[in-house]
Amino acid sequence: MTNKVHPYIPNMVPEVKEEMLKEIGAQSTMELYSCIPEELQLKKDMDIPEALTEYELRRHVEGLLSKNISANEYLNFLGAGCWQHFVPAVCDEVNQRAEFLTAYAGEPYEDHGRYQALFEYQSLLAELVDMDVVNVPTFDWGQAAATSIRMAARITGRKKILLASTVAPERSKIVVNYGSPELEFDFVGFEENTGLLDLDDLASKLSNDTAAIYFENPSYLGFIESQGAEISKLAKKHGALMVVGVDPISLGVLAPPSQYGADIVCGDLQPLGMHMNYSGGQAGFIATRDEEKFVNEYPSRLFGIVPTVKEGEYGFGDVAYERTSFALREKGKESVGTQTALWGITAGVYLSLLGPNGMYELGQTIMQNSQYAVKQINKIPGVKGSRLSSPFFKEFIIDFNDTGLSVEAINKKLLEKKIFGGKDLSKEFPEYGQSALYCVTEVHTKDDLDQLITSLKEIVTN
Amino acid sequence: MERIQRKSKVRDFHQAKWNEPVIFELHQKGERGVEIPLSNKAIVSEVGDGISAIPDSIARKEKPNLPEIGQARVLRHYVRLSQETLGSDFNVEIGQGTCTMKYIPKINELLVRNPKIMELHPLQDESTVQGMLEIIYKLDLCMREISGMDHFSFQPSGGTQALFAMAAIARKYHESRGEADQRNEIITTIFSHPSQAATAAVKGFKVITLHPDEDGFPDIEKLKAVVSERTAGFVVANPEDTGIYNPRIKEFTDIVHEAGGICYYDQANANGLLGITRAKEAGFDMCFFNLHKTFAAPHMCGGPATGALGVTEELKEFLPAPIVEFDGDKYYLNEDLEHSIGKVRAFHGVAQTVLRSYAWIRALGPDGLKEVAQTAVLNNNYLYHKVQKIRGASAPYVKGQRLEQVRYSWEQMAKETGVTTEDVQRRMTDFGLHYWTSHHPYIVPQPFTLEPTESYSKTDLDEYIAALEQISEEAYENPEVVQNAPYNSTIHKLDEQDFLDDPEKWCITWRAYQKKTKQPERI
Repeated sequence: MTNKVHPYIPNMVPEVKEEMLKEIGAQSTMELYSCIPEELQLKKDMDIPEALTEYELRRHVEGLLSKNISANEYLNFLGAGCWQHFVPAVCDEVNQRAEFLTAYAGEPYEDHGRYQALFEYQSLLAELVDMDVVNVPTFDWGQAAATSIRMAARITGRKKILLASTVAPERSKIVVNYGSPELEFDFVGFEENTGLLDLDDLASKLSNDTAAIYFENPSYLGFIESQGAEISKLAKKHGALMVVGVDPISLGVLAPPSQYGADIVCGDLQPLGMHMNYSGGQAGFIATRDEEKFVNEYPSRLFGIVPTVKEGEYGFGDVAYERTSFALREKGKESVGTQTALWGITAGVYLSLLGPNGMYELGQTIMQNSQYAVKQINKIPGVKGSRLSSPFFKEFIIDFNDTGLSVEAINKKLLEKKIFGGKDLSKEFPEYGQSALYCVTEVHTKDDLDQLITSLKEIVTN
Repeated sequence: MERIQRKSKVRDFHQAKWNEPVIFELHQKGERGVEIPLSNKAIVSEVGDGISAIPDSIARKEKPNLPEIGQARVLRHYVRLSQETLGSDFNVEIGQGTCTMKYIPKINELLVRNPKIMELHPLQDESTVQGMLEIIYKLDLCMREISGMDHFSFQPSGGTQALFAMAAIARKYHESRGEADQRNEIITTIFSHPSQAATAAVKGFKVITLHPDEDGFPDIEKLKAVVSERTAGFVVANPEDTGIYNPRIKEFTDIVHEAGGICYYDQANANGLLGITRAKEAGFDMCFFNLHKTFAAPHMCGGPATGALGVTEELKEFLPAPIVEFDGDKYYLNEDLEHSIGKVRAFHGVAQTVLRSYAWIRALGPDGLKEVAQTAVLNNNYLYHKVQKIRGASAPYVKGQRLEQVRYSWEQMAKETGVTTEDVQRRMTDFGLHYWTSHHPYIVPQPFTLEPTESYSKTDLDEYIAALEQISEEAYENPEVVQNAPYNSTIHKLDEQDFLDDPEKWCITWRAYQKKTKQPERI
């Protein structure tokens, strides 16, 4: 055992340890473990490398990280659920504040700021999605969708769920995992050339047992689903709820799903001020109308505004706490715990910075940049810039089938040219053959896009 | 010059109070917080306005009603709110028992701000993320040593999600043996985290909750009475929230195994156990660690986080995919797990937390980890010894045998003075200290749970004890002082009435507040 006092463990100081042991009447710290039976005590030393000093640690970890190539170094066109966007410096400044970084579960008194910041996040996102209730964030879009769907099942008292076949396959896995065995899932087809939901198939699968239809807009494949109002009408006919997943960064220019009939809206906050972090920036949100039957089905914490005993002072607290698993264990609504609160605060900062005009300009810029990319890619022989004919937002399918090359081969060549090509869809959507999902945002300059286009041209023509 | 006398045992503290408006009240039309990198002119001349492509049915007609605020004012607002938040960096944060609020090393924060992690996309080619995969894999190796398990997944992004994943594995495991319909019960204990019961229920299990025996141990006779051919699994923490270690834990897991169930161990908090005792030897098939607890990742107001999920070789194929493996030459993502429960979270979980915990373990080494456990237990027993001497406080159940935390009770003080644990909670704020009551239900009356970890010095612990002593004195001498607290906090006591529970009155967003508190128009 090392005798050196570790900087993280002040009470390793021998005199202090002695004094404390004396106070409690013990001879050694190991004596305090006498309740652990001998046969359960670990006899061997753990095979973990010896301790590093802070300087050594920094050298070691930075050495490991240096083996990575980031999207700052290469051009990145990957999206598919995690997207590269511009992150305002103020977002990082706020979420790196030690106060927010190291706070946890304080009360409305010592953590007034945390409560207010999360209430404000709820309020700002509520404006973006045009609904009156938003929760403290969940884990990610997939889990937010799963919970939205489970909420719909509880609200309707039904078990059957319809999912659009264009829902991100990885998200579907999360949804089905969280929903089974209680719920039954069925998939609704889509029109191959547009991506749009097959309304006939939907009509044939909807019944008075259907709890909810869930689709995403913009979809995983990038296209904009323009039939929201029709889908809602069909769902309503059967008393089913419409649950819509949305990329919130599109909502400066796209109508929020509540305006075309969504009952529950969910999505991922990562685009709103979170770095990609190898997927560590994901955070889910759920929004509904301010109706008791909806609010009471949230598993999440919901912060509300209240007066204090002092006139003119804002206070904040937990709304309808008794519905949660914190209060009721297995009888609460699903489960709640540590999820992604800091990303909620950050998304609030982001929306405060951008405001209505920033969100509009951002949406427009993404549409312009991505349309430019598609238009130029279309000029490459054998390549279709967008496999789908529908309008799209941020992401689109590039069809390489006529080049005779696989996406895998193309991406390998792109990597040599310091470009991360789009996600290979050939396994997830075999109907599109050798196609890839590309993501273009406001971070891409014309030079970046031209570099992609030139590179693709070289690869497919050589 | 005279010596300045500083005699007070408790801290003369006042929390920051900025009385900030709600952000919408900062709106000034025309102000702007940040500029967007717009498309360049050549792009615009090529594609036009871009948004005409949006079908009318789905074009946003009115811009969202977000406030317009200059950058400096947005920053000032949020920095002020941060100052009104008592982070553990400047707090003797031992009052949030069960959550292992330990020192968050600054070096780790510096490391996670490296663009070579921040700007990685989760679908990048494996050859471009070898460093990241190596960190994940090496943390896996450390976790195997600490737990005795054989493989880890870092995809679950919180303890609740890890518990959910374990319930899902339990179901899938029995499915793979054709027993899923029959085995539909999960057994847990009342002093385990509420999420154990809640996630089992989400996964469709019937939950059976064991109450403790009179000494506070999980009752083995009760376990024997409820195990059967319906038992799918047993989930428990050890020590539980009481801090009492159950020495018969191996008998528990044996009983469940004999009945055909599997055992999973809630090690959200394992701070007193590092290098001392492990999940494997106690007979568990799975366990999880909260990296934001024992392994020094920050709590971040409640996530993002990681519930590191470990399983035995037999259950490897059930893990959420992908897991990171090493072929002797390079690190790779293994998606090919035969019985995988699928996904619980997008991609690979929270990479920053994985990096932080890896760095923390490497800063401690094997001996340091053991020192962490021993010092956490020493600190806790010191506190246990001292708190029981405070008038009106007690530690129910068996004497001694506490490891890293203790659930205490103010039952006597509440009876004698009317001052409740919630009153104490608010009053502690006045001394710059956080204090949490406990999870519901309050099996221990008027509970509070303290967990001092290894991070705090004896002086820090003495400060916390002095504040509790002072509050006890106040309760017996002038209970209103405690009951009307806080006085030195950012805000005063909430006037809750039914504003948080009446659907007509609750306001979960600013716009709902505007609607529900609309002022009558002047005539």
